[in-house]
Amino acid sequence: MAEQQIGYSKKVMEHFMNPHNVGVIENADGYGKVGNPVCGDIMEIFITVKDDRIEDIRFRTFGCGSAIATSSMVTDMAKGKTLDEAMAITRDDVATELEGLPPRKMHCSNLAADALHEAIRDYRSRQGE
Amino acid sequence: MERIYLDHAAAMPVDPRVIDAALPYLAGKVGNPSGLYEEGLMAKSAIEEARGRVADLINAEDTQSIVFTGGATESNNIAVRGTALRNARTGKKVVTSAIEHISVLNPAKDLQKSGFTYATVPVDPWGVVDCEALREAVTPDTTVTSVMYANNEIGTVEPIREIGEIVHERGKYLHVDATDAGGRIPIDVQRDGIDLLTLSGNQLGGPEGTGALYIRPGVRSQPVVLGGGQERGLRSGTEDLFGIVGMGEAARIAAADMPGERRRLAAIRDRLIEGILTLEEAALTGHPTDRLPHHASFRFSRIEGESIQLGMDFFGVAVATGSACTSRTLEASHVLLAIGLAHAEAHGSMIATLGRSNTTEQVPAVLHAARETVKRLRAITPL
Ligand code: FES
Repeated sequence: MAEQQIGYSKKVMEHFMNPHNVGVIENADGYGKVGNPVCGDIMEIFITVKDDRIEDIRFRTFGCGSAIATSSMVTDMAKGKTLDEAMAITRDDVATELEGLPPRKMHCSNLAADALHEAIRDYRSRQGE
Repeated sequence: MERIYLDHAAAMPVDPRVIDAALPYLAGKVGNPSGLYEEGLMAKSAIEEARGRVADLINAEDTQSIVFTGGATESNNIAVRGTALRNARTGKKVVTSAIEHISVLNPAKDLQKSGFTYATVPVDPWGVVDCEALREAVTPDTTVTSVMYANNEIGTVEPIREIGEIVHERGKYLHVDATDAGGRIPIDVQRDGIDLLTLSGNQLGGPEGTGALYIRPGVRSQPVVLGGGQERGLRSGTEDLFGIVGMGEAARIAAADMPGERRRLAAIRDRLIEGILTLEEAALTGHPTDRLPHHASFRFSRIEGESIQLGMDFFGVAVATGSACTSRTLEASHVLLAIGLAHAEAHGSMIATLGRSNTTEQVPAVLHAARETVKRLRAITPL
């Protein structure tokens, strides 16, 4: 049986202490905001898109250490990817990149992937108009 | 980096004097206290001496009113569950405040499965029990009313003597969970009209996994763990000699040191509160004056408590939080909701509880850690 992870991985703490891509993009091409139904946290992601790729991405998060680290990680992972590639990023991908999350904290990584997907959907619906 | 430990309400370091007193009982001195041989008698007398010291700490009228248990959770279970079941023939109602520890709330809730009714009494925004609501809730069929001496999350000290008077107007017994107040402020079970009182050994500076329950002579309760009938039948299992001697010594030290330690810690607490409240959008939780001398608790708007805890830890400061994100159930603290905070407001909770190792000289470092942590998290928040 896998050993129960105690506390956060080093990777999580790195992203928590020095999160990447924090902030707001004025006039973003896409915007996603999700609330965590489990514990009530909020995450938002802004993207700009060029040639079907995520050119720039920013986030802001109100939540626990894991929520902050996963949002930082998901923005790193999505940057430069095509929209389809970014749409395919799952919460498990984010958790794996962070060298694991405690089981109780997996739902926070949902939030990050959801906010990203939300922002892409928002961009696509704006294009459709 | 110097570590600054500010989570004494969760776990206290064991006092070195306690270790000195108790260690011989772990490292060699044996004897079943029920035995009539020399070792047994020695063990028995060590236990009785410890019992006397715990009784003195709370001014119990009779040393035999102290029952040693395996911790405050167990004491609370015997007090609420055991006493309610034992007295079911005279009434099947229990009442607690809304801010009790989970080890009081859960046995009270569970009694409903056995046909009891259970009522909770609200508190005001400072966490003080609403005495009018208490008066209404306690009916002649109420056998156990449980109100804590002081709250672990917000530090508020309850008006226990007044509460005792109200409970005894119509109800039967008052149980007081003094886990956080024990050894910190003077407790007098006779003066305060307390029928049952919970103490934690660790919160006095004794070993983890030790506790006591005071039961006023004449009050009837029953065990929750059945067995060989030790501790007047209320807590079966061979006595934990090391733990009991340790808890007794901790009670003695707590009583002796209380006047000085109380003043010393309150001074540090007040500096901490004064400093933290200069930060933006920071508020005190709990009562501004009627609070435990070692307890400072806050909330910061727009940021979350687990992040605060992790951020403070980076600066070497260990604090607690009542945030939903740190709780096992991911629910907001029932205490913070009970004092009227919205779910999102309860999120930004930070709790600092002081102990012997803390000094005034540490306050600037704690304030620096808090200032930086709050600033950093506010820069990330979307709110
Ligand atoms: S955001 Fe609340 S637990 Fe992670």
